[in-house]
Amino acid sequence: MSFSSARGLLAAGLLLGASLLPAAAVAQQPVTIGMVTTLSTSGGYLGQDVRDAFLMAIAEEDGKLGGVPVRLLVEDDGLKPADGRQIVERFLKRDNADIVTGVIFSNVAVAVAPSVLAAGKFYISPNAGPSDFAGEKCDPNYFVVSWQNDSLHEAAGAYAQELGYGNAFILAPNYPAGRDALTGFKRFFKGNIAGEIYTKLGQKDYAAELAQIRAANPDMVFHFLPGGMGIDFMKQYVAGGFRETTPLVVSAPSMDTRIMGALGDAALGVRSASHWNSDFDNPANRAFVEGFEAAYGRTPTAYAAQGYDTAKLIASALRAVDGDMSRQADFRAALKRAEFDAVRGGFAFGANNHPVQDWYSLVVEKNAAGETVNRTTGKVLEKHGDAYAAQCRM
Amino acid sequence: MTLFLEQVLNGLQLGVTLFLLAAGLTLVFGIMGVINLAHGALYMTGAFVMSSVTMSTGSFLAGMLAALAAAAAAGALMELVVIRRLYRRDHLDQVLATFGLILFFNELASILWGRSPLYLNTPPLLQGLVEIIPGVAYPVYRLAIVAVGAAVALLLYVLITRSRLGMLIRAGATHREMVGALGVDIRLLYTLVFAFGALLAGLAGVMAGPLTSVEVGMGESILILTFVVVVIGGVGSVRGAFAGALIVGVTDTLVRAFLPGLLRLALPPASAAGVGSGLASMSVYIVMAAVLLWRPGGLFPAKGSRA
Repeated sequence: MSFSSARGLLAAGLLLGASLLPAAAVAQQPVTIGMVTTLSTSGGYLGQDVRDAFLMAIAEEDGKLGGVPVRLLVEDDGLKPADGRQIVERFLKRDNADIVTGVIFSNVAVAVAPSVLAAGKFYISPNAGPSDFAGEKCDPNYFVVSWQNDSLHEAAGAYAQELGYGNAFILAPNYPAGRDALTGFKRFFKGNIAGEIYTKLGQKDYAAELAQIRAANPDMVFHFLPGGMGIDFMKQYVAGGFRETTPLVVSAPSMDTRIMGALGDAALGVRSASHWNSDFDNPANRAFVEGFEAAYGRTPTAYAAQGYDTAKLIASALRAVDGDMSRQADFRAALKRAEFDAVRGGFAFGANNHPVQDWYSLVVEKNAAGETVNRTTGKVLEKHGDAYAAQCRM
Repeated sequence: MTLFLEQVLNGLQLGVTLFLLAAGLTLVFGIMGVINLAHGALYMTGAFVMSSVTMSTGSFLAGMLAALAAAAAAGALMELVVIRRLYRRDHLDQVLATFGLILFFNELASILWGRSPLYLNTPPLLQGLVEIIPGVAYPVYRLAIVAVGAAVALLLYVLITRSRLGMLIRAGATHREMVGALGVDIRLLYTLVFAFGALLAGLAGVMAGPLTSVEVGMGESILILTFVVVVIGGVGSVRGAFAGALIVGVTDTLVRAFLPGLLRLALPPASAAGVGSGLASMSVYIVMAAVLLWRPGGLFPAKGSRA
């Protein structure tokens, strides 16, 4: 099935679900979900995967989530916080959205989440988990399904530590999630930091940074450059001859299927830490990966898995209140219970509504069919929460 | 020391890319008095055409020729359809119209190539590393960019100072009414200059393709730096654009590379890295302000120009 026809089918499914509404026994209003996500720029594929997996979850139930009809509005923030904010204002004031989700980048998240919370609505993140809202400023209506930013990189730090590296060079873009990344890595990596660089968000040429890495001569490099930034960096890393001398240990966003696709064989041997991988052997994940590949003709990324889990979490809470969003307290309690089969395996929320989950080590290899894939090799951290939960009072 | 030399080389590489963009921009502004915000769109056109033609034919050379032709054609078309109507209008109209062109070109590129970036590999001939500074293996492709940029600069110098066309361009920048009065077909000259500037922007796009992702909107981020180059160099002056481009390229790279390290002597490491990278992105604007204080017309103001 081609990509566009699959999309068409999903859209048709959504329309069908909506058109059946008046016939339903209870004249139930659909619950409006506003999705503000990043669909353009070189980080655009992150949002596309979240959106497509979310749409897939809705299509599985013919336009419903948890048996409740939903109306999903999707808008592209273009990785611009100001645009994201305008879109969310529109969702809240014009469309009466009950739930806002979809945010990919943390600089957009810190701009839009306060508006949603001030309006008394639910903010459920499928990706960005900035430290800003994980500690003292945590909120009962603010949930993150993916990870708290730091913990994503704490896992990479723990993995680098486990591999026995003693001297690491680390770099990330200068924005909230980039600062969280380096803080998180250093929290679990006990070796020496040979150098630490903040790059510009959206930077494309890393010649200056690579020269500094060469001069510092580290054992390994950790970088958090999500989306197209990572592809540019990795291509230049390989072209500069670093692959032979300096191994990489990164966190999941720096080595997803898209980056592997763009790099080809150059990605082989790169190690990363992740909370999900396409080879996880649980029933929910097998069904998800198969369904996603059938619908869209591509391997899902971790972003897709997060988008799907977000939809399933929302479904579980909508079922608990039977679609009645006026039962705010019940809806909130149901979200917190997180009673759904997460594709990553176990899932629970910590005190600050951020996940407590297991982290795994992956390595890029060729599979039997000759494709470049991430293979899960072991577990790095068990039931790992984040460093900010203790500061959260709710 | 080798690190410093390597960073200077990186700075030169950024500098020549900026020069290719700035040369066209400064000529158009100097000669026709038009602020062309859509100059970055021509850079994007070059990069996209280069990537897609190279991917489908497998030949870097074919991709490059197609991209240069496409960028020059897009430039000529842009001049004939839109810019030509703006010569007598004020700068605000020009900014509005060329901003509209940015939106048009970006939307057209997303329709033609999609919103996902394209990635191109370095041509086999230019892959590999060469030890130009002892102990530092430098990518051949990056050296090639510096070489091409230097060659174009030389060519432009000869063209502008030694050829008849160059004489007309210089005259057009300073005494445009007089050039028209002497019977030169000013309209044709303008279209030619515009297409030539577009060609140079396309060349910059071609060279960026194998290095970084080719995506919609790639022209805008680099255009801002290009304007800084034009202002530092002096509007209308190609020599100024060359000097300005090298200053901006080397300053940006060196400050980005060394300032956080220097700040670490005075500040705790965590904040040094953050403050350093923040200051580094401001550095070229600080240089621009300093140059303007010292020489309000830029380093090499074109004589008699109104800027």
